[in-house]
Amino acid sequence: MPLSVEIRRVTKRFSDVAAVNEVSLDIRRGELFALLGPSGCGKTTLLRMVGGLETPSAGTIHIEGIDVTEVPPHLRPAHMVFQQYALFPHLTVADNVAFGLRYKNGGRAGWSTKVKEALDLVRLAGMEKRLPHQLSGGQRQRVALARALVLEPKVLLLDEPLAALDPQLREEVQVELKHLQRTLGISFLFVTHDREEALGMSDRVAVMRHGRVEQVGTPAEIFERPATRFTAEFLGATSFFTAEVASLVDGVATLRLPAGLDLQVPRPDASLRPGDRIDFVVRPEKLRVRVERPAEAEMAVVPVTVEESIYQGMGTTWIVRGPAGERFVAWEQNAASVLDEPSALRPGGAAFLCWHPRHTVVLGGGGDA
Amino acid sequence: MRRRGTWLLLLPTWLVLGMFFLVPLVLTLVLSLRQRGVYGGVAPIPDLGAYVTSGSFLGNYARSFAGIYAGIGWRSLWMAVLTTALTLAIGYPVAYALALRAPRRWKDLLLGLVVVPFWTSFLIRTYAWMFLLRTEGLVNRLLLGTGAVDRPLEILYTELAVMIGLVYGELPFMILPLYASLEKLDRTLLEAAADLGAGRVSSFWRVTVPLTAPGIAAGIVLVFIPSLGQFVVSDLLGGARSMLLGNLIQNQFAVARNQPFGAALAFELMAAVLLLLLAYAFYMKRKGEEVLL
Ligand SMILES: Nc1ncnc2c1ncn2[C@@H]1O[C@H](COP(=O)(O)OP(=O)(O)OP(=O)(O)O)[C@@H](O)[C@H]1O
Ligand SMILES: [Mg+2]
Repeated sequence: MPLSVEIRRVTKRFSDVAAVNEVSLDIRRGELFALLGPSGCGKTTLLRMVGGLETPSAGTIHIEGIDVTEVPPHLRPAHMVFQQYALFPHLTVADNVAFGLRYKNGGRAGWSTKVKEALDLVRLAGMEKRLPHQLSGGQRQRVALARALVLEPKVLLLDEPLAALDPQLREEVQVELKHLQRTLGISFLFVTHDREEALGMSDRVAVMRHGRVEQVGTPAEIFERPATRFTAEFLGATSFFTAEVASLVDGVATLRLPAGLDLQVPRPDASLRPGDRIDFVVRPEKLRVRVERPAEAEMAVVPVTVEESIYQGMGTTWIVRGPAGERFVAWEQNAASVLDEPSALRPGGAAFLCWHPRHTVVLGGGGDA
Repeated sequence: MRRRGTWLLLLPTWLVLGMFFLVPLVLTLVLSLRQRGVYGGVAPIPDLGAYVTSGSFLGNYARSFAGIYAGIGWRSLWMAVLTTALTLAIGYPVAYALALRAPRRWKDLLLGLVVVPFWTSFLIRTYAWMFLLRTEGLVNRLLLGTGAVDRPLEILYTELAVMIGLVYGELPFMILPLYASLEKLDRTLLEAAADLGAGRVSSFWRVTVPLTAPGIAAGIVLVFIPSLGQFVVSDLLGGARSMLLGNLIQNQFAVARNQPFGAALAFELMAAVLLLLLAYAFYMKRKGEEVLL
């Protein structure tokens, strides 16, 4: 598949700190790509380098096969939707959208048609004469979209596109942005620190940490198979286990937990060797807390003590302690009403933490603290 | 009940306004409608009815539009316009550099330097300019020393000297409001402009200038009004031909002893200033901006 953006070993240093550190990423044509990570991990800086608002300290950036590393922002086929939208407050909606047209080839003649088309696209027809302060947050964002899209970019860059919106509006705009991206068929590269947003919107996600890319994959891949503890934690997994590789037979690894429990795990990492000490994670919704030891022989089971249960309506979160005092968190959907079927588990009581072995995710050596 | 309370609370304000503003204003107005007495002071009005119906009460105003005085008026206006234009042309780049280019840790110091002249009396600073500008002054010695000129330039006691003094004196009043509005300018707007294709010049005229228009307007008002009425600079640095409206008014009170005429001139000046302020307030209201003055 042809590439829309190629980022090759890009580094950006501000005085001494590397805000972005040796990042390489490929964004395919027509892809909705998310940069996900905690505050200060360099997402915005990376986005701004693609847009040309910052120059990399090292590395190259290609857009549509052309090296744009040294090309000024407006000569790149990439335009930006700023986090607070950065609409010109003294210009009407129509003038905001038309702002960049005069720097494009082609006469004034086509302007009004183009502006109209762009405003229709974002469903803002009839708002031409308004000033930005007369618009709602969602409308402002659509003006910012129209202002960038009217220039027909190959890549649209969005910095936290939903952050400034009311929570109720977010879901709606999320769907709208996806829809818009499909209609236009161009690549969207967007930044977010919200995992739901990244999972729900994007085709692929790059998880960033301290200026580096930790993992790239589809939402399901990074969610279900986090490669590192950081990614797992960032996506909400909190139950980590250490184990020793006891044996490897026919693609099935036997992991031995400190408590002396054995666990058969399919698809282990190819680099595993018997005797290795490894970390693995199980997502909270894959874990079950039972009073009775489960009957199924293949289930992985760890004896625990219940510490806390948190009723959350849709589900209940169980916080339990392992044999060595490790803290594990399980989340169980309240498929039946707890009023009809109250749980037999009590804080302080003994229980069994169990999961299906295929939900065991062995974490890579990416434990670079 | 509540009404009366409000009035009582406002009483001090009314007293101050009345004593220091309204009463002198009315006195000046009345004075401007009378005629000069033979030995200075004001002439008695024998028949008030006839004085009014004959139109004599407007005599001072009519006289102020006559040839020589109108000339002084125009020149004052022109000097004030030029001063405003020059301070804007010099002040904008300075304020821009201060607000958007200067490193953070230098900002306060540089801004302080703009304000430092206020620590000395304006009169003394104007005297200093006399020493700088006279034929054997520092400026001329520098020019001679570098061989830029072979005879000292006659700067002092010309309109050029007045202009220099005015621009010098008013510059901080232009820089400060400009700085305030440039400092408020959202820099991501400039980035957005660059992203959309605007070069530096284009983004300056299409984004920076319109968004700092309130600061420009405030600077213009702050500089134009005192320049129009000033008399110290033209008195000290200007020659006999550089008499401005301010000097004329001062003259009428201090030298010519024609207080009614001086009062009329002062009133006209005040009317001009008031018109400008009204225009400014109207402009700011329409932009939905706070009126700074
Ligand atoms: N212009 C700059 N000068 C100095 N340091 C900067 C500059 N811009 C960013 N940084 C630093 O680089 C790092 C990454 O910043 P960046 O804005 O890319 O983070 P981010 O991932 O977008 O965070 P957030 O989610 O808070 O927006 C931060 O530590 C920040 O302090
Ligand atoms: Mg950011």
